[in-house]
Amino acid sequence: MTPEQIKERISDQFKNSVITNESLGEHQVEINGEDWLNIATFMKNDPKLSFDQLECITGIDTGEEGPLQTHYNFHSMEHRHKIEVVISHDRKDPKVSSIEQVWRIGDWFERETYDMFGIEYTGHRDLRRILCPDDWEGWPLRKDYEGQESFHGIVVPKIKEEEGWE
Amino acid sequence: MGVVQGDQMVLNIGPQHPSTHGVLRLEVTTDGEIVSKITPHLGYLHRCFEKHAENVTYEQVIPFTDRCDYLASMNSNFGYVVAMEELMDIEISERVQYIRVIMAELNRIASHLLALGVYGLDIGAFTPFLYMLRDRERILDIFEYTCGARLLYNYMWIGGVSHDLPKDFVKICVEFLDYFEPQIEEYNNLLTFNKIFIERTADVGVIPAEVAVSYGVSGPNLRGSGVKWDVRKDEPYSIYDRFDFDIPTGSGEFGTLGDCFDRYWVRMLEVTQSVRIIRQALKDLPGGDVFETMPKKIRPPVGSVYRRTESPRGDLGYYIVSDGTPSPTRVKMRSPAFTALSCLDEVSSGWMISDVLAILGSLDIVLGEIDR
Repeated sequence: MTPEQIKERISDQFKNSVITNESLGEHQVEINGEDWLNIATFMKNDPKLSFDQLECITGIDTGEEGPLQTHYNFHSMEHRHKIEVVISHDRKDPKVSSIEQVWRIGDWFERETYDMFGIEYTGHRDLRRILCPDDWEGWPLRKDYEGQESFHGIVVPKIKEEEGWE
Repeated sequence: MGVVQGDQMVLNIGPQHPSTHGVLRLEVTTDGEIVSKITPHLGYLHRCFEKHAENVTYEQVIPFTDRCDYLASMNSNFGYVVAMEELMDIEISERVQYIRVIMAELNRIASHLLALGVYGLDIGAFTPFLYMLRDRERILDIFEYTCGARLLYNYMWIGGVSHDLPKDFVKICVEFLDYFEPQIEEYNNLLTFNKIFIERTADVGVIPAEVAVSYGVSGPNLRGSGVKWDVRKDEPYSIYDRFDFDIPTGSGEFGTLGDCFDRYWVRMLEVTQSVRIIRQALKDLPGGDVFETMPKKIRPPVGSVYRRTESPRGDLGYYIVSDGTPSPTRVKMRSPAFTALSCLDEVSSGWMISDVLAILGSLDIVLGEIDR
């Protein structure tokens, strides 16, 4: 199926779930996060879609005023088609349901995105930091991130503009 | 496996342990000698390469990719430049394409040799490791001769490569392949068909195909479970569609399909296929200038791209977002070793502690890439 047909198939099943967003590419579809778990389960189990591979989950910060986004890259080994699902989150309270029980790799990918962006995946059974230490402060890949001064008595080096590393 | 009810004990393997192939801590909950749960603790090598990438220009990201998967830097470079070229929509000269394929496949052999040798080392066979490292050194010599570096090459650039091939590269490379091919037979005699080795690996740590796909396991680990999936064949990038090569899959030769032996054996068979590809590429290598198609200014249009390539460890994906400035808004690396490690808990429960190291070794993880 082409990305266009996949979009249609999803919007036929879930009314008002697909959001039109002109700034996205052809292979991308923006989806309303409210019904995400059901849509994801449908995408995996529907024989016409059967997305069995969750290739990647990428968190993206669109800038100071813009929302945070989670991008999911899906691929179907059976039908050889792919789609990229985009879900936007409110910056103040980023939240979306977890799909870790649908695709098991979602577990670690969501933990990584949580670690880096602070997006909360509700329903995740073990949502904690994965790459940073448990008591690290802040969400490193957000654009407005400011590193902490020190960590357990160790000074954290910072990049100073023009001067380079401190 | 047997049901034993005894006292639970927590055992830490690592962070400094030769069998974890880097700094990884496994928190193993055991019930007697039987493992009931494994919690991997990662991040000891975390340097947030993705944040660094946002503060440098597109070209300056390439050395960072070297340092992620330091055993197959050519392949890490390759994935990034392929994604960048797709984003910028530029055509690459024929010679560069061939050089890249030759380098990537040589590096695949080197990486697999280390994986196979270290795997033997993990479960007690010391000697084959020395044989394989001896031959890996010859590949590193070829790389050193080409670009001056033995491990971290920074060789593939967007639109080209950093150095053209040296004068008698083809001769040296063919000489190496002629020397190397008979060695594979020797490895098999030394390690693969050794009865002790088979006893330790066959039937151990079976990953069924659907579990492997659900966990995003890719590359030789996925093919070991019998799934015929290789990005080089199924989503061809660069010029891989021009070469004639097979995709070896596991067959449960000495035990169950998807066991540790199958994953080992797929790697061994892949080495032969890489030799085939290099021979074809060397034969057809065209002339030309390697800097010709290199763009003067690297400023991709606004947009994003996700592209995956086949690294020795599996599907290596790059998600790159551009806002039209000289440095990326976001670079995300989808690391194959990260996904392979995530299934360790499910695969290892029920096995003995010594089998956990056999399973971990068979997954061929590189911590630099997991932690990024």
